Amino acid sequence: MKQRIGVYICHCGGNISDYVDVEMVREAVAHEKGVAIAKTTVFACADSNQKEMVQDIKDNQLDAVVVASCSPKLHEVTFRAVVERAGLNKYNYVHANIREQVSWPHSDNKAGATQKAIQIVRAAIAKVRLSEAIEPLEVDTTQAVLVIGAGIAGMKAAIALSKMGVKVYLVEREHFIGGRIAQWDVLCLTNETGKELVSRLYNEIVSNKNITLYTGAQLIECKGSMGNFAVKLKLNPRYVKDICNDRASLRKAIDVCPVEVPDEFNFGITKRKAIYHNFPGEYPQAAVIDMNSCTRCGLCAKVCDKIDLDMKVEDLELNVGSILVATGFDPYTPAEGEFGYKVIDNVVTLSQFKRLLAFSEPGKLQWKGKPVKNIAYIYCVGSRQVEGENKYCSRYCCTATINTALKANEKFPELNHFHFTRGIRTYGKQEQLYHNASKSGHVFLQSYEDDPSRVERKGDKTIVRINDILTNRKELEVEADLVVLVIGMVPRSNNSVADILKLPRGRDSFFNEIHMKLRPVETVIDGITIAGTCQGPKNVVESINSALSAAIKSYSFVGKDKLMVEPVVAEVDPNLCKWCDKCTRACPFDAIFKNEQGVAHVNDTVCKGCGMCLPVCPTNAIQLKTFTDNEIESMIDVLANEL
Amino acid sequence: MNVTKNARILVFSTVKISDPAIDMAGLLKLHYSPKVYTISVPCSSAVKPRWILRALAKGFDGVFIAADGTDCPYGESCTEKTGEIVKKTHQLMKESNIDPVRLKMAAICSVCSESFIKHINSFNDTLLKLKTTE
Ligand SMILES: Cc1cc2nc3c(=O)[nH]c(=O)nc-3n(C[C@H](O)[C@H](O)[C@H](O)COP(=O)(O)OP(=O)(O)OC[C@H]3O[C@@H](n4cnc5c(N)ncnc54)[C@H](O)[C@@H]3O)c2cc1C
Repeated sequence: MKQRIGVYICHCGGNISDYVDVEMVREAVAHEKGVAIAKTTVFACADSNQKEMVQDIKDNQLDAVVVASCSPKLHEVTFRAVVERAGLNKYNYVHANIREQVSWPHSDNKAGATQKAIQIVRAAIAKVRLSEAIEPLEVDTTQAVLVIGAGIAGMKAAIALSKMGVKVYLVEREHFIGGRIAQWDVLCLTNETGKELVSRLYNEIVSNKNITLYTGAQLIECKGSMGNFAVKLKLNPRYVKDICNDRASLRKAIDVCPVEVPDEFNFGITKRKAIYHNFPGEYPQAAVIDMNSCTRCGLCAKVCDKIDLDMKVEDLELNVGSILVATGFDPYTPAEGEFGYKVIDNVVTLSQFKRLLAFSEPGKLQWKGKPVKNIAYIYCVGSRQVEGENKYCSRYCCTATINTALKANEKFPELNHFHFTRGIRTYGKQEQLYHNASKSGHVFLQSYEDDPSRVERKGDKTIVRINDILTNRKELEVEADLVVLVIGMVPRSNNSVADILKLPRGRDSFFNEIHMKLRPVETVIDGITIAGTCQGPKNVVESINSALSAAIKSYSFVGKDKLMVEPVVAEVDPNLCKWCDKCTRACPFDAIFKNEQGVAHVNDTVCKGCGMCLPVCPTNAIQLKTFTDNEIESMIDVLANEL
Repeated sequence: MNVTKNARILVFSTVKISDPAIDMAGLLKLHYSPKVYTISVPCSSAVKPRWILRALAKGFDGVFIAADGTDCPYGESCTEKTGEIVKKTHQLMKESNIDPVRLKMAAICSVCSESFIKHINSFNDTLLKLKTTE
């Protein structure tokens, strides 16, 4: 029990003291049990006051401190550091919020505000009186990082980490790295293609001895916690030995393969065989057999001796100190009939259109054998939905579409472009592209969200209509040879890593950061960071920015051989526990287990301090440090009992 | 000191999600009753029924759980688990002849300041009505 408590009540200039009688608060709390000194201060956070606090703590042998000021989000860390500088433990500090939760919302009621401030400071004193000194937990770290996903974000993060001197395992689920950008050919805002970017990064990766790349690899298990994760990977073989340089026999093997399936690289507009080669821009440059569609007929093996249908799936165990997740996104798949998708045969997605442009010979563009001249782009398909769940803007799409349309004319000069938009969002430097398109004759139309464009079939023609708000809701129509649906981004449909790593997701189902502004690449799972589009829609520049931040953050977990972790964890009283298993089931992080004594035990380094185990315990055997029954109930008692 | 008649409400709010919303209500100078007090916890699924019962026994008119809802940084099971706590506590309240309306829960996201004010005002009204009929 703390007996020499220092209490500081802040004016915050006048932000608090204009509405709360701080002197009255001071007088009311000065004689609370355990209070040794109580002072008011104009700015508690000012350097001079911090110095005075340190001096007070030393001169008066204070054993705990309360500061009543702004929200703890702003200065709890500041004052914890002050008490540490004076030799106290930082958990013997309690912060009372009398600005955001008192003086500001109750600026209409000064008496009420003052009374509430008194109660809040008394409750903080009650809590700090029971506070215990707890020490950060120290854990050993493995100086290696697992990067999951070798798209642009994962590749850039891996390279950045390797340059900091850390061992990196870069794990890609597909047999080729590069992620989506390998599929896009032209990319805004520079003239570089996806292919060029991926080639450059792949060369850097394979020549870097700090990076080990695994393709066809999947995370199947993860144990441990920050500093020491033990992960298990499943490595799927290519069924083609080494790198087969005998192109002729490989070509023959592909030719004789009787299985044809839609080629996912081209979003199903072309077919491939069960054995197939990489596209330019996909690495490594090596063939692979897709065992999900292969019938094991053996024809390929007869013409190419590098093929081995008996290769086995292997498991691999690795130890890492941090995990950086960069698993990317899926392009939205429109529902059947959404703007004519899959019902009208000249309706495609932007992804399919980009592939079509990439593999078509220059000259005249064709779709299903018919010439294409008029292209209608329908924006915000699967983004900014009025009815559906995807309320967000997908960010990349306005710019990528305009850029694709502009570039298309370099290869196919006769194309006309009609953009059916919901308002163009080419933010920042990308605005220049919009300007260029407008100048070069692209037609931009705009509809309201409650009155979307319509795609209709009229005889053998496809008509797109809009009530265009830029011409005072005039109904306009375009006869389109090709309708391109500008699809948004959605989370990957196969997101098994989320379940294995227990990564929380946000309302939009993308992975969730702790705080959008202040901790944008960290997750609540200590030691696991997120980067790129697995976190939400981003273009390449934004994906790389977040990848580099995540790399630095992951490095901060493994850069030293020891790590301090927050000690606010749950604790089981072994005398009260009757082992019923309810806490282990409630714990989302598998932090609780049955120990040798047959009672529940919390693994300190895995526990995140959420407290979900507390209310489920039938014998009330679990306490969360700094939120114990004694602490919470003492606050309740004080708050209920107004002076 | 004249503090207008208001119900005394204890809010269990969460450090990462609903605390920021309640703080922002202050920043926006959205007014509510000064008889509303907050105790912060890491997650709304961590609130023990005994804390709620204690608050009611010691003189609070009502307890409001500002739940993390689907935004909970600790995972999607939070909504269901907080719901369970409320259900269990309502049961315990009934057994002790305490009107279950005195415990209310609503999801308050980190920017849901206005929704917090709306909930707290309507809860205040409910509790005042309850007091006059009692
Ligand atoms: C049609 C279209 C056009 C675009 N055009 C542009 C443009 O012009 N300019 C621009 O800046 N941006 C553009 N973008 C956006 C760009 O594609 C993204 O910003 C970029 O691809 C994001 O990279 P990423 O690494 O986050 O994700 P991805 O590219 O999706 O890469 C993720 C990688 O992780 C792998 N992976 C997934 N799950 C696992 C797992 N469980 N284990 C291991 N590996 C896994 C995937 O196979 C993939 O290789 C466009 C997007 C679309 C849809």
